[in-house]
Amino acid sequence: MANKDKDLMESGAKVKLGTSDKVIRGFGYVFLTLYSVCCIMPFIIIVSTSFTSEAVIRAEGVQFLPKDITLTAYNMVTKSGGIWRSYLVTITLTLVGTLIGLSIISMTGYALQRKDFPFRNAISFFIYFTSLFQAGLAPYYLLMTQTYHLKDSYLAVLLPLLMSPWLIILMKNFVKAIPHEITESGKIDGAGDMRIFVSLILPMLKPALATIGLFLALGYWNEWYQSSLFLSSRVAVKPLQFTLYEIVNKTDMLKNSVAGQFINLADIPQESVKMANAVLATGPIILLYPFIQKYFISGITVGAVKG
Amino acid sequence: MGKAKAQLPKRKSDLTFFQKVKRSRVLLLMCLPAVIFFLAFSYAPMPGIWVAFVKYNYRDGIFGSQFIGLDNFKFLATSGKLFSLTKNTILYNLAFIILGNFLAVFVAILLNEMRSKWFKKVSQTIMFLPYFISQVLVGILVFNLLNYDTGFVNGILTSLGMERWEPYSDPSVWPPILIIVYLWQQTGYNSVVYFAAIMGIDGEMMEAAKVDGANGFQRIRYIILPSLKPTIVILLLFALGGIVKGNFGLFYNIVGTNPMLFGTTDIIETYVYRATINDFNFSTASAVGLYQSLIGFIIVMTVNFIVKKIEPDYSLF
Repeated sequence: MANKDKDLMESGAKVKLGTSDKVIRGFGYVFLTLYSVCCIMPFIIIVSTSFTSEAVIRAEGVQFLPKDITLTAYNMVTKSGGIWRSYLVTITLTLVGTLIGLSIISMTGYALQRKDFPFRNAISFFIYFTSLFQAGLAPYYLLMTQTYHLKDSYLAVLLPLLMSPWLIILMKNFVKAIPHEITESGKIDGAGDMRIFVSLILPMLKPALATIGLFLALGYWNEWYQSSLFLSSRVAVKPLQFTLYEIVNKTDMLKNSVAGQFINLADIPQESVKMANAVLATGPIILLYPFIQKYFISGITVGAVKG
Repeated sequence: MGKAKAQLPKRKSDLTFFQKVKRSRVLLLMCLPAVIFFLAFSYAPMPGIWVAFVKYNYRDGIFGSQFIGLDNFKFLATSGKLFSLTKNTILYNLAFIILGNFLAVFVAILLNEMRSKWFKKVSQTIMFLPYFISQVLVGILVFNLLNYDTGFVNGILTSLGMERWEPYSDPSVWPPILIIVYLWQQTGYNSVVYFAAIMGIDGEMMEAAKVDGANGFQRIRYIILPSLKPTIVILLLFALGGIVKGNFGLFYNIVGTNPMLFGTTDIIETYVYRATINDFNFSTASAVGLYQSLIGFIIVMTVNFIVKKIEPDYSLF
């Protein structure tokens, strides 16, 4: 049957492939190719710049392809070892945060999807309401710094990213696809709720755990916002993206300062060094990305509307 | 089985509150960490909104500082600040929503028309890539392309014998730049939803149209677009629900704290951030934040009401 349909489709396509189809297809190839080039070009320029010598950049600007390949920038970035310590902080935050977040989100998502749980609507609303109305940045900042005393603590970065209403809803949507009979059968066998969750439900949630885990991990890896709020200069080692932010910002600050002030040129990070930092901070994501893309796509389609 | 299910809720509703708690204590415990999390990080800051109604000083704290009623709001309204921030935020979001969804639908339809699986896969992967990088890197990419001294665009202009371009001191060029960067970063992500919706269209309907002699344009016009309509409407409505919420990371990393560009690029989020972090002006920041939250709340409620009328299944609550 399926083969027959396929045959029909192919023969149909051959016979009916008119001018308009050819036009659409031709236009599609051209448009999507050009668009893809636009998407990837800025990355290529960054990588090229990181391998270009500072003299060439000063004289001719950044290049699409490096004229003379040099590793000077990378040697400068890695020499001090600061970037590796930032890597360590970011990797630790990512692993710890993703693991804790994933455990809490999956437990909550399962409990809130249980039809025999009398408080599920109340708790769902309690969580969901936080995406409808927020206190705003200033009260949040005052609470974090003056009540919780989390200024200059890595916890100020770790904790707020553990979960979001959207990720819990996403998990609920994944759990919904698991038949209720599985929980029932566990109950008949005399298993408790926690036991049903761990040994019957969790193994079936593997794709959900992968998807939501990757959303969490991406959030931690790309984190710079909470760091910019709560980590001051007293914290020696900042997460990767915020380190990058500070390197770039330092240049801007010096450039924006009024002429006439003394600027030590040696203090301005060189263009190639900034780009080498950018490549090192982003590299792992880009390398992993083709393998994990499908989990993100499933997450977007499962949680598309209620997001 | 069906009978037992039907009886279950009835029996449960006869239980007292404490019996319910006792029976479902394990499930309650499973939700406890999440409940504590939202209490600590989303609900606990709410009393602090009071800071918007006082003249805050550090020594007396939020609740000890002098109460001044709506003066913070009055100042913001009369100075015109609130209006210009709201205008910028809403206009940018309108452009993001309309152009963003248009381009996403366009890309999804074209992707669907491609026959080469390899081409489809590779181009989708590349278009999705910008979504995965940090906003900090987006700022760097833009600076790398546009800056006066070493920027890529200026390199090309010079080699063509044209004058150099200095966008970082010209406020008028930033709306189009920010919109392009937004589209660049988000279209791959947004088109996934539409692409999935097109894949879900009944194949037989397409075949029937082909057999009846419908050409490519007609299939797009009469089958694909009408099938996408509910998805487009719902996504547009939900996006409208967030119309007063700005994309802080995008604006802050690209424009930063360059006051020359604030006229066309300052949105509610960037203003509140600077007032909080740079000026420690918590009262003003909170007044703007509360104004934004309230307007946002009203808009979401309205949108949800409309969605409920059109398509009850898609409403949020």
